[in-house]
This record gives sequence, C-alpha cells and structure tokens, in this order.
Amino acid sequence: MSQLLDSLVELIRRTSAEIPEDIHRAILTSLENEKKNSLAANAFKIIDQNIALAKNKSQPICQDTGSVLIYVDCPVGYDQITFAETAREAVTLATKKGFLRQNSVNSLTGKNDGTNVGPGAPSFHFHQHRSPEVAVRVALKGGGCENVGAQYSLPDDGLQANRDLDGCRKSILDAVLQAQGKGCGPGVLGVCIGGDRASGYELSKTQFLRKLDDRNADPKLDELEQDILKTANELGIGPMGFGGKTTLLGVKICAANRVPASYFVSVSYMCWAFRRQGVTLDAQSNIEKWLY
Amino acid sequence: MIKLSFPFTEAQVRALKVGDEVLITGTVFTGRDAVHKYLHEGGTLPEGVSFKDGIIYHCGPVMMKQADGSYVCTAAGPTTSIREEPYQWQVIRDFGLRGVIGKGGMGPKTQAACKQYGCVYLHGIGGAAQVLAECIKKVNNVYFLEKFGSPEAIWELAVVDFPAVVTIDAHGNSLHEEVWAKSKAALAERL
Repeated sequence: MSQLLDSLVELIRRTSAEIPEDIHRAILTSLENEKKNSLAANAFKIIDQNIALAKNKSQPICQDTGSVLIYVDCPVGYDQITFAETAREAVTLATKKGFLRQNSVNSLTGKNDGTNVGPGAPSFHFHQHRSPEVAVRVALKGGGCENVGAQYSLPDDGLQANRDLDGCRKSILDAVLQAQGKGCGPGVLGVCIGGDRASGYELSKTQFLRKLDDRNADPKLDELEQDILKTANELGIGPMGFGGKTTLLGVKICAANRVPASYFVSVSYMCWAFRRQGVTLDAQSNIEKWLY
Repeated sequence: MIKLSFPFTEAQVRALKVGDEVLITGTVFTGRDAVHKYLHEGGTLPEGVSFKDGIIYHCGPVMMKQADGSYVCTAAGPTTSIREEPYQWQVIRDFGLRGVIGKGGMGPKTQAACKQYGCVYLHGIGGAAQVLAECIKKVNNVYFLEKFGSPEAIWELAVVDFPAVVTIDAHGNSLHEEVWAKSKAALAERL
C-alpha cells in the first residue's frame, strides 16, 4: 500500500467516525442551554452518546456518509493526477472497511456498484499555492442536509428581499425556516453572496472548512453571521425540529463578485454530524498534522 | 418512556400522542425511496415481508457481510421522510402499517392516513447512527438487495428499545405543524 493511500484512508476513517472538536464543544454548550428533560435536551443526549460510540468503535457517526468532497492545497508541480487516482482507491478501500456506506448511485441506471467511485464521485477541488505544504481536507456531506440547501435569486418578491444585505438576511433566514427538521439540526450554514449558480454553491461549501469559533474578517459579514445565528436560535425550531433553543450551531458567510444582472444568495446546510477533517502531508505523504 | 412491542396493535398506537417518547422492540423493516416508489407503482412485497401491524423504518443502513453470509449493521440512523410523502399514505392503507420511523416529519397526506387507518409517525434522532445501530440486535433477512442496492434494500431487523418520539399521532396532531407555525410567526416578527 502506498503511503499516500494509507494516509488518505486514515483521513477518511477519522472524518467519518470522529466529530471535530470545535463542533463537539458547540453541541455540549447547546445541551446545557436546553431545558432539562425536554425533547430537545434528550435529543442532544443521544447525539452526544452517538459521538462517543462512533469514535470508540471507529464506525460512521451517521450512516449517510454523504458526498465525499476533497479539497487539496498543493505546491506548483504537485502531481494532481496521481493524487486523484490514489484518492479514488482510498475511497473504495474505506468503503470496503465500512468507514463509508455504499453511497454512490448511477443517476441513469440506478445501479450502485458499491465502490463510491464514479463520474463526479468523489469530487476534487485542487488549489495551487506558493507554499511547499500539501494540505488535504475532506468533508462528508449527507443527503438530508444537502437537500435543504437553497439558492435565492434576488430580488425575491415573495420574501420582499432586495439586492442588499437585508435581502440576503431574509433569504438566509427563509432557508433556515424551510430546512426545519429535515437537515438534522442543529446545523451550520455556509453561505455565499454573489458568484454564479455553480460558484455560489461551491464557495458556500468552502465555508464549512472554517473553524466554528472563528470570526469573519469582513465586519459587515461578521455582523450578518452573528445576527443570523442569534435570530435563528430565537425561532424555537430546535434540534430535529422538536422545538428548543438551538436551531443553528454556526453561520459562515463569504461574498464573491457577481455580474450586474445576477444576485444569488447560495445557502448550504451541514447537519450536526458535521464531518470534516484535514491533514498536512510530509514529502513522503505521511500525515504530519491534523488540522481540526 | 413508553414501551412499544411487536405486534403493534391499533389500540397500542391509538393510545399514543404527540410528544410521547417511546422505546420500540420487535421486528421492523427498512424501506425508503426506491421501495416506496415501487409499491406506489403497484409492486408487491417479496415473500416473507409483511407490514401488517408492523413498522417501516426510513433508513439506509451500513451493513457488513460476514464470512458466514449473515450481516451486521454498523450504522443505522433515519433518513429524511418527506421524500416518501407522495407514497406513504397508500402504503399505510394497503399494507396495514402501524408505525413509520423516520426523521424530519411528514405532510398532510400521511397525517390524514395516520388518523384514518391508525398509524403513528415516530421520529428517530437523525445522525445518531451508532446509538440506533446498537438497538439492532440482529439482521434477520434482506430483500431486494440486488434490485435496489444496499441502502435502498428492505432489511428485516430485530430491534430492542429503539428510541423515538411520536411527532404525528393517530388523532390528527403533528408536532411539525406546531413548530412550523410558531417558528414562522417568530421569524415574521424579526424581519
């Protein structure tokens, strides 16, 4: 087995079985905030037990191990073709070992060949940088939360959302309302204001690579993030949509330029089973350090 | 906590109300998108599968095949139920289901069928695949594995003390409807 293959299988295993520390901390804080013995508090207790069990048994936190998204930051000259070939092999192997469910279906024939590899699966996002470092991040995004993602095209008459930050706020909060129950809340929102239909969603998902407790460098976006988080948690939707104080664990927003005719607000939702992990690799492709 | 045991009789189910927390013990069958569409289009259940006084579980588990050909379930949380909203009422009516386990709730058609035929919607904790897999003591059988693939197959599971919350009861009540109305009003005040 090549060292890169070994490292990638381990990265996938840990992503699937271990909740990142920043997310776990937010879940524990939320549990304390809920009323004792309420449906919400009891849901959080099961969630917390589940996190411990998955880690101890090295088994998937959630059976929907999702779309496998692989983000690679690498230096000029790094062999992306070999990386992608090895990563596909790693996904197949991780599936055989039960770290991933047989989760990839041919959209035309309905066949699931059990490998999790096929057109577009897994998805790769390479980014070249000047540093010699190779950083690999993996996110497993389940279907329940993917299905409640939403893209708004402003102005939106129904929501009375205009092409300004207040219009963005109305759109994002509408997405929270619509997602209730369905995306395994409490969730985290990744949002992109602007871009085109494809890049908007793409960038909204990169927001999940940020740590939950970081703050947005842009004061306007930071204010919007804090406002959406506070407002959403006043709506009483709660975990699983059972009612309660915790509807969202976090909100992360970025902005991209748009063409004058378009104004998209793209909202991606990640469930509480927030599976993302990352590593840096040394020159021999050994795992050097864990990023979350 | 209310204990619910197989066979799930109409009287047992009619006694439940929204907000009740239950522990389910007995046989349940998984069935999700492909199975519901298939039944809706007139498909028949394979021999050995009966939903009469039974519970269907919206779930696509992770199953590991053992050397002796049996299966062990290693992850099994609920999947989003609303996708079955076009079909569920009919499956309740035609196959005699008393319970539907899933997550995220269902809509008015299912709610009406629960009331009319005596069925409840039981909300599992989405994402809690390990806690719920621990409640699956045995995988008795699998049907339609080749036809639909592992996550979409009908898995016959023996469960013990599987936790869920009644969020749609057999009296026309829905927790989802309540939370939706309240949260919508709360949002309107904050726009």
